[in-house]
Amino acid sequence: MSEELDFYKQVKKVYRQLLLLFSLFVIAGGTLVYYMVNPEFFNFQKVPEVAVVVEELDPDRIENGIHVETGFIDAEGMMTVVRNCTACHSSKLILQNRMNAERWNATIKWMQQTQNLPDLGKNQEIIVNYLATNYPPVDTGRRPMLTNIDWYELEQ
Amino acid sequence: MKRRSFVKKATLSSFATLIGTEIIFGSKIMDGYIPLALQDPDPFKMFNKNKEMVVLNDKPWNIEAQAHLLDDEITPNSCMFIRNNGLIPENIDVKNWVLKIDGESVVKEKTYTLAELKSKFKQYTYQLTIECGGNGRSEFNPPAKGNQWTVGAVHCASWTGVRLRDVLEDAGIKSNAVYIGYHAADVHLSHDPKKEPISRGCPMSKALQDETLIAFKMNGEEIPLVHGYPLRLVAGGWPASVSGKWLNRISIRNIIHDGEKMTGDSYKVPCKPIAPGEKIKDEDFCIIESMPVKSLITYPKSGAIINKGKALNIRGHAWAGELEVTKMEFSIDYGSTWKVCKVEKPKNRLAWQHFTASIDFPQTGYYEVWAKATDSNGKAQPMLLPGWNPKGYLNNACHRIAVKVK
Repeated sequence: MSEELDFYKQVKKVYRQLLLLFSLFVIAGGTLVYYMVNPEFFNFQKVPEVAVVVEELDPDRIENGIHVETGFIDAEGMMTVVRNCTACHSSKLILQNRMNAERWNATIKWMQQTQNLPDLGKNQEIIVNYLATNYPPVDTGRRPMLTNIDWYELEQ
Repeated sequence: MKRRSFVKKATLSSFATLIGTEIIFGSKIMDGYIPLALQDPDPFKMFNKNKEMVVLNDKPWNIEAQAHLLDDEITPNSCMFIRNNGLIPENIDVKNWVLKIDGESVVKEKTYTLAELKSKFKQYTYQLTIECGGNGRSEFNPPAKGNQWTVGAVHCASWTGVRLRDVLEDAGIKSNAVYIGYHAADVHLSHDPKKEPISRGCPMSKALQDETLIAFKMNGEEIPLVHGYPLRLVAGGWPASVSGKWLNRISIRNIIHDGEKMTGDSYKVPCKPIAPGEKIKDEDFCIIESMPVKSLITYPKSGAIINKGKALNIRGHAWAGELEVTKMEFSIDYGSTWKVCKVEKPKNRLAWQHFTASIDFPQTGYYEVWAKATDSNGKAQPMLLPGWNPKGYLNNACHRIAVKVK
């Protein structure tokens, strides 16, 4: 009887061990299959996701009378200036300058002679008219006053 | 489809819509990488510049300092102005970078790798003042065409390199040599490979000076890309355009160099004084050489409010092109009276000099502190704009700051 019981116990032990082994096998196999399907699951390093907000902005929108993209004053001929002048250089170069029609024309001629600017045809008059009207020279005298002073308490 | 890869593919296709072209190898782009075309072209990050620097132009890049940003004795990269004529070269291959010496007046054409330049010739370090010829242009009336620099297109950094003279002599200089002209790797705005954005130079006498360097270090480190990495000519005291960036060739010329921006009216002023707005012929222009005497109050920043009875300590720098500053003065009454500042000797020839003064104000109110430097030839800065010239160069009028005493 005790021998039978002993045998029964041993079989049960082997059965348990086999069951454990089998379960482990099933878990490992399952994990592997899951990994194959979804490899990122085990990537515990947090990968920052790049959120891309695609704003649908009109490149030619005007705010407070200013063309946002370039900073130009919205007036007759502006888009001709945008199309012809800002391909090679920044609008900032134009915005800094103040000239009369004669000198804007001379500047265009200089760009054609030295900077590969092609003939502008009818557009030249539109461009120069826009620039001379909206960016004319201002008389600043022999020495301008200090302006836009940013006052602050100096710690001494 | 896997969620992440779907997100990635969707993201890339929206990139493609934005850029207007397919992104080749898009699926191989690393996670978290943003294509260059979409990067915010923040010049302050891109060039490691102080946020208070002022962008005048972004194509090409032209950025200037404000007076108070130039307070350091040796200007750090963060506060150095940028004046580019073309586009910054891309994909610089330092291993294969060579400097070629050629021209009508070279004895034997030679090329040097960076390693050869560094090992073959003795290295020198100098503090050198470099000022844009058009610094101060914004004040001219009638206005002059170009970038409207105010006061910040000047710096004095520490440059390390080999003497241009040593390299030129190694290749050999013929007796008929009159000028050197530099050539560089930057790209013309029109992308025309046959055009150079700028190719200037200087007479042999300047080229052969001890302080004229072929530099490869700035403030002890490799020159930042925007300032000419890996090689830059540095000619202190002359218009900054002589100090060519991204240097790859120097021609020893038997004529005055006729490269881009050496001809016409570029970096030239009327040989004889003219009336404001007057027009003159190209042949009546003379090339700018040494820059004129000038100074900047770098502390305090304009707009300081102080209490009555407290002295105001000011400081700044003064320079005089090829010459030295021998006297530095300030005025708080628009030039009626001048008081002397303490001014140091330059660290080396062509380095700017530091000045200090302590100012007592007689009563409360609005003041302007004007600074005036005098050079070793006795020439001082004018309080009004100097002679008008068509391109608006060489404005060395006194710098001033506003102060309120309460």
